[in-house]
Amino acid sequence: MYIIVVGGGKVGFYLTKSLLSEGHEVLLIERDSIKVENYVEQLGAVVVDGDGSEAATLGNAGAARADVVIAVTGEDEDNLVIAQVAKKRFNVPKTIARVNNPKNERLFRMLGIDVTVSQTNYIFNLIEQSIPNMSFVHLLSLSHEAMTIVDAKIGAESRAANKPVSALGLPEDCILAAVIRGSDLMIPKPDTVLLPGDDVIALSHRRSEASLQAVLGS
Amino acid sequence: MKVVVMGCGRLGARVASVLDANGHDVSVIDTQSRAFRRLAPEFGGQTIIGTAIDEDTLKAAGIESAGAFVAATNGDNRNIMASQVCLKIFKVPRVVCRIYDPVREETYRRLGLSTVCPTTLISAQILDQVLSPADGTGRAED
Repeated sequence: MYIIVVGGGKVGFYLTKSLLSEGHEVLLIERDSIKVENYVEQLGAVVVDGDGSEAATLGNAGAARADVVIAVTGEDEDNLVIAQVAKKRFNVPKTIARVNNPKNERLFRMLGIDVTVSQTNYIFNLIEQSIPNMSFVHLLSLSHEAMTIVDAKIGAESRAANKPVSALGLPEDCILAAVIRGSDLMIPKPDTVLLPGDDVIALSHRRSEASLQAVLGS
Repeated sequence: MKVVVMGCGRLGARVASVLDANGHDVSVIDTQSRAFRRLAPEFGGQTIIGTAIDEDTLKAAGIESAGAFVAATNGDNRNIMASQVCLKIFKVPRVVCRIYDPVREETYRRLGLSTVCPTTLISAQILDQVLSPADGTGRAED
């Protein structure tokens, strides 16, 4: 695959390195010519100097034959324009943009960016998952913006504790996908009884997340 | 009409001051409070510190009731992003976006933004004056 990475901060540099080691053809575009010289010494002639939001730079970089363009600068507005120019001018099949302000994820999707990556959200979710007191954790938003995966920990006080799945009164547009009990993974059936300490993984429509939390949370 | 102007440089300050003098309800956004000194002394509109690529700042500026939005910061990409937020999220009826880079301007014009590219406009005027016949006074003919 031919992949163009725009933005040579730490994310862009290590991303380029990993993609190269997986055998992809990669080009990194960075504005700061001193950084570029440094990177060329470390990575070889796969780094060029330029403004990736300029169509001419992307054109010279061979965007027209690129399979993926990844915009990972520190500025959301730059990442948006890089990905849009790649998509609209060069018909790049897949564009990925880093989002620094999590609120911009929705906007980027509305504006045609295929995949958004929000470090802020990732770190926030990791923190949520590693704090044991959080009984209901949003694990992942999928490419369809309405679909979410959540992890609910059943507490002793939880209304769902010691009840079979069929008696929970789950909201309509959600399903319980898995129950993790100690080291066992179970796929719940209607008669599976939830016990305190269970981790329940559910797939849900975003609009039902709150009612699901009311049923499963403590 | 309610108008929100982003960027209080020479251009933004002038657009905002003229609109205000013509009786429009103007809000100007800039990241630096110093920039507001460029507004006309009699400017009676609202000034807001922040960046218009943030929806909260735009709401504080009254974007939800605005009839027009003008993006006039020095950053092409910032102007482009703010303009798209105003068009797609807040459905502002008229959005004008300054873009210095002629290629980027063409790209976004084709995508349906109302764009103004000072580079092409001013270079056309300069070329016109440079290439008009000289009369020996050093001044371009009318």
